[in-house]
Amino acid sequence: MNSRGGAHRTRQRPAPVRFVVSVLATLAFPVLARAHLVNSGLGPFYDGVTHLALSPDELLGIVGLALLAGLGGAAFGRMALFTLPLAWLAGGLLGMTGRITVNLPTATGLALIVIGTLVALDRQVPFAIRPVIVGGFGLVEGLQNGAVAATGALPAGGLLGIAATAFVLVALVAAGAVAIGKQPPWTRIVARVAGSWIAAIGLLMTGWALR
Amino acid sequence: MAVCFAPFAAHAHVEGDMAGGLVAGLWHPVSGLDHVLAMVAVGLWGAQLGKPAVWSLPVAFPLVMAIGAFLGLVGMGLPGVEIGIAASALVLGAMVLTEARPPLWLATTIVGAFAIFHGHAHGTELPEDASGLLYSIGFVTATGCLHGCGIALGLVHRWPAGRVLLRVAGGLVALGGCYFLRGALV
Repeated sequence: MNSRGGAHRTRQRPAPVRFVVSVLATLAFPVLARAHLVNSGLGPFYDGVTHLALSPDELLGIVGLALLAGLGGAAFGRMALFTLPLAWLAGGLLGMTGRITVNLPTATGLALIVIGTLVALDRQVPFAIRPVIVGGFGLVEGLQNGAVAATGALPAGGLLGIAATAFVLVALVAAGAVAIGKQPPWTRIVARVAGSWIAAIGLLMTGWALR
Repeated sequence: MAVCFAPFAAHAHVEGDMAGGLVAGLWHPVSGLDHVLAMVAVGLWGAQLGKPAVWSLPVAFPLVMAIGAFLGLVGMGLPGVEIGIAASALVLGAMVLTEARPPLWLATTIVGAFAIFHGHAHGTELPEDASGLLYSIGFVTATGCLHGCGIALGLVHRWPAGRVLLRVAGGLVALGGCYFLRGALV
C-alpha cells in the first residue's frame, strides 16, 4: 500500500489522520499468506523449528518479550514462558480455519514497537496488561502461521515445533534477563539498548509495510 | 547475530533479496563519512558526559532515528536533510571539542533532533528490491555499533592525555562537518 498522495485526491486529510487510517487499513487488508517454504527433511516438528529460526521478525518479538518478562521479575517470566507458546498454538489453530487474517508485517512491526519501547523504558508493566501483551503477540503470529499451515506450505505439526521453540527461547532469554536484573545497573542498560533497537526495527518494519 | 540472520540459500524465505537487505542495511550507515562522523561523535560525547548520558543517548538515538526513517519510508518530506546531517557532525564535534555539559534533557534533544535527519536519509535511500526487515536490522545494528565505537574510543576520557585527545577528535569531527556543510550548501 502506498500512502503517498495521488493525483486524483480531492480532499487532503490532516497527516495524523491519514497515518492512522493507513495503519488501520493496512492491518485490515488481508494479504496472501506468503509461506516460508521450509523443508528441514526431519519432519513437520523440525520444519516448524526451522521456520522460526529463519523468521527474524518473530525471533525479535520473542526475544523482546522474554527480555521484558525477565526484567519484570521471575513471576512475569514464568507467566510468559507458558502463555506465549499456548497463545501461539491457539492462534495457529484459529488461523488454520481461515476465518481471521492479519497483515503480519504491520502487526509484527507495531508489536515490536510496543515490546521494544517497554524494554527500553524499563518500567514495570501493570500486572493486568502482561498477559495481554504476551498473549496478543503469540496470537497474532500464530494466526499467520496457521494461515500458512492451511495452505499446506507448513505442516500442521510445524505449529508444535514453533511453539516448542518459542518456549525454549523464552526460557533461556528470560532466565538471562532475570539474572541481569539483579546485576549492577550497566548490565540492565544492555537489555534496554536491545529494547530500543527492537522498537526501532519495528518502526522501520511498519514504515516499510505502509510505503 | 550475523550467523542467526544468515540466509540459507536452499531454505530461504522467498520474500526478496534477504542477504542483500541485511548487507545493504549494515553498509548504509557506514558508507557515508558524514553519517559515520556524527554517529561516532554521539558516542564520544556520551562518554565525555559520563553517566547517565552514556547510557541514555544510545537508547534514545536509534528510536528517534527510526522515526526519521519512518517518515522517509512513508514519503513525508523533510527539508534540508543533507544540511541537517552535515550540521550534526559540526555541532556534535563542537560539543566534544568544547567539552560542553548541557543538562541531560538538552543533550538528548540535540542528539535526537539530528537523529531525525540521519534516519530520514536512511529511510529514503533504501534499495527497492531488498528485504525491508533485514535492511532494518542491519541499519539499526550498524548504527548502534558506530555508537559503541564512539563510546569505546571515548573511554580515554578518564586519563588527562585522553581528555585532550578526545577534544582533538571532536575538533576533527567538527572540521569534517564544516566540509560536508559546505558541500550541502553549495
